[in-house]
Formats: sequence, structure tokens, C-alpha cells
Amino acid sequence: MRRISSILLLLCLPLAGCQGWQSALDVHGPAASSLARMFWIFVAVLATVWVLTMAALLLSLRRRRAADADPLVTDPGTERRMTITISAAIGLTLVIVVSLTGLSYAAQKVLFAHKDGTLTLLITGHQWWWQVTYEDPQPNRVFTTANEIHIPVGEPVLIKLESSDVIHSFWIPNLTGKMDAITGRQNQIQIQADRPGIYRGQCAEFCGLQHAHMGLLVVAESKEDFERWRNHQISSAIPPSDAEHQRGMEIFLSKPCIMCHQIRGTDAGGKTAPDLTHVGSRRYIAAGTLETTRGNIAAWIVDPHGIKPGVDMPTIQLEPNEVQPLASYLEGLK
Amino acid sequence: MKHLPLILLSAILLSACEREDREYRSNPVTAETEEKIALVPLSAGPSGPTEHRSGLGKEYEENAYHIAQGKKFYVWFNCNGCHANGGGGSGPPLMDDRWFYGGQIENIVQTIREGRPNGMPSFRGKIPDDQIWQIAAYVRSMGRNVPKAAAPGRNDDMHSGPAEQRRPPGEVIDGGQVPPAAQMPQ
Ligand code: HEC
Ligand code: HEC
Ligand SMILES: [Cu+2]
Repeated sequence: MRRISSILLLLCLPLAGCQGWQSALDVHGPAASSLARMFWIFVAVLATVWVLTMAALLLSLRRRRAADADPLVTDPGTERRMTITISAAIGLTLVIVVSLTGLSYAAQKVLFAHKDGTLTLLITGHQWWWQVTYEDPQPNRVFTTANEIHIPVGEPVLIKLESSDVIHSFWIPNLTGKMDAITGRQNQIQIQADRPGIYRGQCAEFCGLQHAHMGLLVVAESKEDFERWRNHQISSAIPPSDAEHQRGMEIFLSKPCIMCHQIRGTDAGGKTAPDLTHVGSRRYIAAGTLETTRGNIAAWIVDPHGIKPGVDMPTIQLEPNEVQPLASYLEGLK
Repeated sequence: MKHLPLILLSAILLSACEREDREYRSNPVTAETEEKIALVPLSAGPSGPTEHRSGLGKEYEENAYHIAQGKKFYVWFNCNGCHANGGGGSGPPLMDDRWFYGGQIENIVQTIREGRPNGMPSFRGKIPDDQIWQIAAYVRSMGRNVPKAAAPGRNDDMHSGPAEQRRPPGEVIDGGQVPPAAQMPQ
């Protein structure tokens, strides 16, 4: 009894995958819903076929074999029944294959249909984080951020995908299927969220040591909230408000940090690592690995390789009394 | 059990699976290794100039991971802005055998740390020390002064010449010496 119940429990485990902020079956957008519909139809049809096949197998196992079947002796009645059964099986197979093909073709039409929207994002995959640039016809409204994208609800958003090093794959299961980011070319995909919410995405193409720690967040919000967020992100970093933040900024600007990171409004202009202008406003640091808290920022700066071994951010010499102001300054960059 | 020897033999193959050691985390304590290099072979006295090389160079030069990281940082820190892909621009070429300040890895490390008077900026305090070593190892790979197995292979994007790995091996370079090719005609 114990055995059986633990097996049953194990079988229930996959059900946990049906819900949550990173699940292809908990749909919040048109592309994901057509994918999920297709998934369930496939599951239903294939499950029926499986059950029928198994039933036929069991039946034939139970049936006694005819005494001494002679392959050369034919009986027209049996012959006819066999012909009907086999043609029916072949016909059904054909019908299933053709209709499932037609179904996925129809779903693709929905997935790859281009809808007109106003928002275009350029997302570049790096080992192991996502760089996000919000494009705009007005150059002074273009800005760059990392690992967290905000989109207005109910609007299609065009995403251009590029990669700076190896192949990555952009995947927001709740909203849409996967699309690869490939060096030397640009792929496009559209996402749309029907309901406000936070959806987690994940790199879906093995891209090296820290592939598993290459997540991103999509925050879908109302048009007004989105515009407020965008205007804030466009602005330069808030100048330090107290002595500690001031000291943190000075430390940041005097260290190698500026070679890689940008903080708009200061002299730090590096473009090869996440833009930190508003890092404190993001929910996570290090591509969905740690929540943005002062302690986590400090832990990351002191030992990035303890958290993501092999990451391209070096361990940088800091005096013990420099960590606190630096972390507090970065956390304050809301 | 006839197959036991065969199975054991193929298990030996597994021993080849271990790769080079990769050191991701740099030493968090020392700020800078101590390299004492002389830029000329001349010395006041009968013996050569006093030099001290930490010997760390080998670890970087013979390690494919370090060289590949160096290649990435060479672009990140804009060395290519002045030296192009090694062929030279406003800064001198780095893939040939002519070195003003020596072509051994310690010399290159010192060049990057200190800067050089005719326009090479100093990167001390701007690039952490182990990354300087990685970049220097990559610079050494441009003229294939590193083992073939460790030199970078083909680029993923457009490339202007054969990969470092396919270049002919470079001459052995002594620090601070002018090669015959660069000597003034007598
Ligand atoms: C050699 C380039 C480099 C230098 C120098 C560097 N970083 Fe980074 N940093 C990175 C990269 C690359 C990432 C992204 C890592 C990842 O998530 O995979 C990163 C991530 C971060 C993050 C998390 C950002 C986010 O939104 O996920 C913070 C905070 C940060 N760095 C702070 C610093 C500070 C402070 C310094 C100086 C003490 C510094 N970095 C120096 C390359 C660098
Ligand atoms: C602003 C332009 C500039 C940048 C950026 C720059 N260099 Fe230089 N570099 C020069 C110039 C100019 C020289 C020649 C200096 C001299 O002769 O005194 C030079 C010299 C050198 C030398 C010595 C060559 C010899 O013959 O001994 C090396 C090695 C070198 N650079 C490597 C680098 C590396 C590695 C980087 C990136 C971290 C870099 N440089 C970034 C301009 C630059
Ligand atoms: Cu990946």
C-alpha cells in the first residue's frame, strides 16, 4: 500500500508544472494559449490512441489462438474481417496524422502572425544575462536595461533577438514559445500578455556554465503604469542623497566597475555588462538569481564566482569598509 | 566475463575526459604579482640585468580558458580600438615579432599595467590583475607564442584571417630585445 501511494504521489508531481509564473500550461497570452490548446489536443488524441492500442493488445493476449492455423487455408469471412480492420486502422492513422499536421499548421499561423504594435525591444543574449534596449523613434527616449522587461497589457510587443557570443534561446512559457538568439543574425518574435502579472522566462538553449542561471522577468502592467516605468527608466540615475551613497558612488567610480557597467548620469560608461542606472528598481540581480536586497548585492560584489562560477564579472579588490557604502548606493539606484 | 578486459580497456578511455584546470575565481588577496623586468639587455656590470618573473605566466599561456577570456576582454576593454585585431592602428601591431617593450608575457603584463610613454594608457586599477594576465596571454597567442592546443579556434562571427590556432608558431621572444627584423641597417 505504501509503495502504491508513493508511486501515485510521484505521478502527481508533474501536475505542479501546470501552474505558476513559469509554466507553458498556465497561459496569459494568445501565442501561449494556442500552444497550450495544441498541447492538450495532442495529449487527448495520443492518449486515446495509446489506450485503444493497449486494449487491443490485452484482448489479443487473452484470446486463445486458433488450434492449428494453417496460413495456406483461407476463409473468406475471416479474410474480409481482417481487411476491414486493417484498412480502418490505416485510415484512422492517416486521419490522425493529417489532422494533427493541419492543426499545428493552423497554430503556427497564429504564432507567426505579425500584429502591428507600437513597442519594439532589442534583446541581446550574453553569457549569462539579457540586455534589453527599448527602441524609440526619438533617440533620447531609447534606453537600456537588463533582465527585467516591462510591457503594457493587451498590446503586441515586437522582440528582436540577437546574441553577442553563443546561441541562446528566449522563452517566456506563460506568454509564448521559444525563439533562438543567434550570433550574426536577428530573429523576431512577438509577445503579448492578456493579464497583468509577472512571468518568468529562461534561456532555453544550453549556453555554457551558468545557463541555468540565465533567467528574465516580464512584468505586464497597465498602460499608465508602463509609461510611468518607462519614463523613469529613461531618466538618469538619482544623484546620491546622503554621505553614505555619495561615498558608494565614489568607490564605484574609482574601481574597475566603470570598465564594464554604465550608470547614466555618472562617468561610468561601460557597455559590456548590465546597465546599473536603475538596478535597485529591478526585482532580481544576476539574471534572476538573487533578489535585489542590499545583502545580496554585497554578496554578489564580494564574490560573484561564489554565486555564478565562471561569470564574466571578476572578483574585485575592495576594502572591508567599502562594501557597505557600495551596496547601499547600488540598492538606492531605484 | 569474457568481455571484462574489453570493458576495462574502454573504461580507460574515460580518463581522457578530464580537461585542463580552470581557475574561475581570482586570488582575492594579492592585488598584483611582482614582476621586475628590464627593458634592455644592457646592464651595469658583468652580469645581465636583475630580473624577477613570478612564473605565473605559464599558467595563463598554456590554458585555453584564460586565453579565450583574454580574447573577450581584449575587445571589452577596447584594446582593439588602438591595436585593431593585432595588426595595429594608432597603437603598434601585436601579432608580429617586433616588441618595443618585450614580448614575454611578463613584459606585456607590465605594459598593460604601467602604460607606455608614446600613447599606451595605464590600466592599473581599471582591470583586475588576473584579467590583465588573461589579456596578455591572448596577446601572446596572436603571434602563436602559446601552445597550439591552447590558442583560440575560429571566431563565431566574421574573421579577417586564420584563427590563432592555425597560425604558424612564433619565434621565441626574449624580453626587451629588438629582433633582427627590426634592427637598423648598419
Ligand atoms: C569585467 C567586467 C565587469 C566588471 C569590471 C564589473 N562587473 Fe559587475 N557584472 C558584469 C557582468 C558580465 C554581469 C552580469 C553577470 C550575470 O548576471 O551573468 C555583472 C553584474 C553585476 C551586477 C548585477 C546586475 C544585474 O542587474 O543583474 C551588479 C550589481 C554588479 N555587476 C556590480 C558591479 C560592481 C559594483 C563592480 C565593481 C566593484 C562591477 N560590477 C565590476 C561585469 C563586470
Ligand atoms: C589609446 C590607444 C590605446 C589603447 C586603448 C591600448 N593601447 Fe596598447 N599601445 C598604444 C600605443 C600608442 C602603444 C605604443 C607605446 C609606445 O611605443 O610607447 C601601445 C603599446 C602596446 C604594447 C607594447 C607593444 C610593444 O611593441 O612592446 C602592448 C603589448 C599593448 N599596447 C597592448 C595593449 C592592450 C592589451 C590593450 C588593451 C587593454 C591596449 N594596448 C590598449 C595605444 C593603445
Ligand atoms: Cu542558455
